[in-house]
Amino acid sequence: MIYNLPFIAVVAMILIGLYAVLFKRNLVKMVIGISIIESGVNLFLITLGYRWWGENGGVAPIFTSAPSEAVKNAPESMVLPVPQALTLTSIVIGVAVLALMLSLVMHLYKHYGTLDIIKIRRMNEE
Amino acid sequence: MITWESFLETFETGSGFWNPLVWITAVVVAFLIVYIIRGYGKKDYKEKTGQTQAFLPGNPEYEKEQMHIKGSNVYWGFTESLKWVYKVLDKIHTGNPSDYVLWFVIIMGVLFVIVEVI
Amino acid sequence: MNWFELLTLHSPALIVAVPLLAAFLTPLISKINDIVRNLFVLIMLSITGLLVAILGYDVFTNGIRVYVFGGGVPLPSGMTLPVRIMFEVDAMSIFMIIITIVLAFISIIYSLSYLKNQDGLDKYYTIVLLLIASVFGMELTGDLFNFFVFLEISCITSCALIAFYIHKKESILAAFNYIVISSIGALFILFAIALLYGQYNALNMATLASSIEFTFFDKIALVLLITGLAMKAGLVPMHMWLPDAYGRAPASVTIILIGATMASFYALLRVSFTIYGNSLAVELNKVGNSSIKLNMILGTFVLVLAIITIIVGVLMALKQSNLKKMIAFAAIAEIGYMFLAVGSWLVALNDPNLAVAGFNALKGGIFHIINDVLDIGLLFLVAGAIYYATKETSLNMMGGLARNMKYTTVFFIIGLLAVSGMPPMNGFASKLLIYESTYLINPILAIVAVLCSILLLAVFVKVLHSAFLGPEIPDFKDVKEVPKSMLAAMGVIACVIIIFGLFPDMIVNNLVQPAAEALANNSNYITSVLGGGA
Repeated sequence: MIYNLPFIAVVAMILIGLYAVLFKRNLVKMVIGISIIESGVNLFLITLGYRWWGENGGVAPIFTSAPSEAVKNAPESMVLPVPQALTLTSIVIGVAVLALMLSLVMHLYKHYGTLDIIKIRRMNEE
Repeated sequence: MITWESFLETFETGSGFWNPLVWITAVVVAFLIVYIIRGYGKKDYKEKTGQTQAFLPGNPEYEKEQMHIKGSNVYWGFTESLKWVYKVLDKIHTGNPSDYVLWFVIIMGVLFVIVEVI
Repeated sequence: MNWFELLTLHSPALIVAVPLLAAFLTPLISKINDIVRNLFVLIMLSITGLLVAILGYDVFTNGIRVYVFGGGVPLPSGMTLPVRIMFEVDAMSIFMIIITIVLAFISIIYSLSYLKNQDGLDKYYTIVLLLIASVFGMELTGDLFNFFVFLEISCITSCALIAFYIHKKESILAAFNYIVISSIGALFILFAIALLYGQYNALNMATLASSIEFTFFDKIALVLLITGLAMKAGLVPMHMWLPDAYGRAPASVTIILIGATMASFYALLRVSFTIYGNSLAVELNKVGNSSIKLNMILGTFVLVLAIITIIVGVLMALKQSNLKKMIAFAAIAEIGYMFLAVGSWLVALNDPNLAVAGFNALKGGIFHIINDVLDIGLLFLVAGAIYYATKETSLNMMGGLARNMKYTTVFFIIGLLAVSGMPPMNGFASKLLIYESTYLINPILAIVAVLCSILLLAVFVKVLHSAFLGPEIPDFKDVKEVPKSMLAAMGVIACVIIIFGLFPDMIVNNLVQPAAEALANNSNYITSVLGGGA
């Protein structure tokens, strides 16, 4: 059961992030919600590659700093490095998207003077 | 690979066919026939007098600039009679991103139910 | 190996690499002069066009081409495939790439004089080249995570381009809507890719296609992928970012955005027909004596949404007064036609009576991609030309422009006839295929499709009357014709539209038929990567 805890955390983070995007009116809160969803998906990616170190487990795939019995039956004793590469790529993409969204929020505040999405829409209609 | 004859082939769907070159030839031939028939009409009329103007009974005619119907008013009858549809559609296209993501979640839920995940 | 074969061998990678390199060199070169920068961008795009022509000739004569990054050198453990990132080019990918390079070329030629007096143009050309490179990557790749990376690149760059007019508040709001929706869609797509990776230990599309069994998590992944990609392609009711984004961007950017939307549609086809192709016949439920298969359920769902898309798109287009927003709603209706064709093929998949009709519908849908892109692109270019000449976007203020802008009026009439499916333009040929094949599946679909085509004609005749015909308005007395490069771009598209309209059979047999066959049957795709016997 305890090994399923990260997966439950992933679903919880995605639901919390979706709630923040759907039901909050402040623009910055929407951006924070998207950031939470992205953290949840990254957690899911990195949990997929987990193998417990012990009996039939795995160590990090670096040859020079692994314990000696792990080096002896390499590469079966090392985890796959692919999920870690995917997660790094996704984190970098998330940083870029977050920077762009926040700069757009800054420009919106300069134009409209408020950060409430409903007031902005009402100002845009007239 | 691409021969000269393949330019002239007929486009066949499963239950019909369409050949644009034959169609254009037919239209040109019809045009010529109409033009020849037009040539048999009366040629003696005085231009730019009352003989060539359209007859509009009723109210006096305004200038052309004041009679031009602007953009949004062109299809007034259509939009008036479908007012009930447009009221719903205008309320849906609100403009905040929260509503757009709400529709995304709704469609995802419907598809989950259909494919029998839930 | 002479130089021609070497170029053909490396062309899939070069098609993505050349615009990328040009994008990073453009800020340096633009410090010299403006004309040198424009020439540099045009030369780099011409080189890419040459590579596309070489690759297209190779794929159409020799079959699928697989390009492995990292050569074919085996790993120490003896594994050779499919660990590395691969580009796999079959007939459908080449079809989409031809569309993209034509759009990119037209857009750059148009923006040479459309954006002449704006500043910040060196950043504009950089970001446009990055967007073009990312759309090429989306259409060439054979690896799911690589597709996600290119999707995110296209999302970020197109958001920056939509907010080009920073001094107007509506463009920034449209860009913010676009990036919120795109990033949520992309994050759910990443979740689905992670689900598939966790089950099968493979990210390669061909490996996934050959080893997929339709378990519970595969169902979740299919739903997430379809919904995310359909949102980026503009299916109702997730379409609402489209009018704002297409309407507020400058006209030369909107054309490439249309290409990015079509790349998402291509990815939807690739996911549901190539990766899940073997499990489309899985039986999900039994009603009495007949079994309901997955393709029937998915097909009916897509058909219902497609009909709603067409109707909503056309009805909303009739009411707009902003010209570009109106054309964007018409674009939504046209995307509905493509989904209609795909849905009817899904429904007719395993039925022996309707097999020919279903395949014709798929051919019609794929032919409609290229027709729709050209027609809507021409209409957006004309809208940009009107904005350039009169600085007006609202239809209520325009009138009588045909006296001064004769060429633009002719191009607009060609675009009008093509979009609404009038003979002899290319829109008629693809819509005829769609009407006749969906009629055999269910008559109501064809009736709704024909009616909404006529309403589309009504929409654009309204624009013709309000903007071009009518008496002369004193504000627009000295409006001049637009500069020559914009006319050249519009003229090229109009010529291609007329050529596609006059010779539809040649185009369908040589371009569309191989693409439809490559989609309908995924065994070629799998055996090119995994060797024989998959």
